[in-house]
Amino acid sequence: MKLFKFVIILLFIFNIANSYESKDELTNKISKNIRCLICQGQSVYDSNSEFALSMKLLIKKKIDEGYKEEEIYDFLKKKYGEWITYDPEFNKKTFVLWVLPILLFLAGGAIIFRRLIVKK
Amino acid sequence: MKNKFILGFLIIFFIFCFIILFKSLRNSNIYVPEQNFEKKLINFNSEDFFSGKKISSEDVFVGSDYYILNIWASWCGPCRTEHPQLMELSKNLSIKLIGLNYKDDLKNAKKFINNFGNPYSTILLDHDGIISIELGAYGIPETFIINKQKNIIRKYTGILNRERIKEINLILK
Repeated sequence: MKLFKFVIILLFIFNIANSYESKDELTNKISKNIRCLICQGQSVYDSNSEFALSMKLLIKKKIDEGYKEEEIYDFLKKKYGEWITYDPEFNKKTFVLWVLPILLFLAGGAIIFRRLIVKK
Repeated sequence: MKNKFILGFLIIFFIFCFIILFKSLRNSNIYVPEQNFEKKLINFNSEDFFSGKKISSEDVFVGSDYYILNIWASWCGPCRTEHPQLMELSKNLSIKLIGLNYKDDLKNAKKFINNFGNPYSTILLDHDGIISIELGAYGIPETFIINKQKNIIRKYTGILNRERIKEINLILK
């Protein structure tokens, strides 16, 4: 019985420690994907500006409130616009960014195909 | 025939790259926050600057057609520069000017208000900056114009200069 209680307590402590760790990890993960809007080329995770420090606290608060990762991104996009994330969406401003590599890949593939396979 | 095709493809590709780079390089790469938009004001809980009592935004944003929410701090140089404009704006009785004190030392903030005057009808405290971020602020000073329906109709990042005050007066007319 004592051993059983000990195991339960141990599991409980481990579970709490694990959940805290995962919350911190999630905060870090999200803050790495969020742009520090007042910094030059830094993520919120990298920056120690007042903006970034407050943003990290807000992300932590939102996680504590039960927000999921995507919901936090959506919340911040609503407040600051799409620019805040490092993951550009496919729209009329970013289509070149998404389509050009595919076009280049297809063109390169076609050239290689013609040279190597068609010649044979 | 094959060489012509490759040459044509390369020319089109370089023209395409040139147009993209030419257009992009002509635009400023400094991020400018959106200023004209209509977003619902969030409800938040804070503390009163003078009494320290807990206070809800719903109790503050009542009884006026327009509200001006100004985020400031005593350690912020530009806030000192814009303070006379806020004092001038506070003379307009049709608006309610609300201050949000951002990450400040309360003693210094009170000293600031005593020295330069208090243009605000209410001052709320934002100890850790979370309220400002939830409002969509970038830094301080920052000013939001809010209408009766609690929609943010205009946002000013940076100091309120004379031109901006004129613009605010036009909006409020």
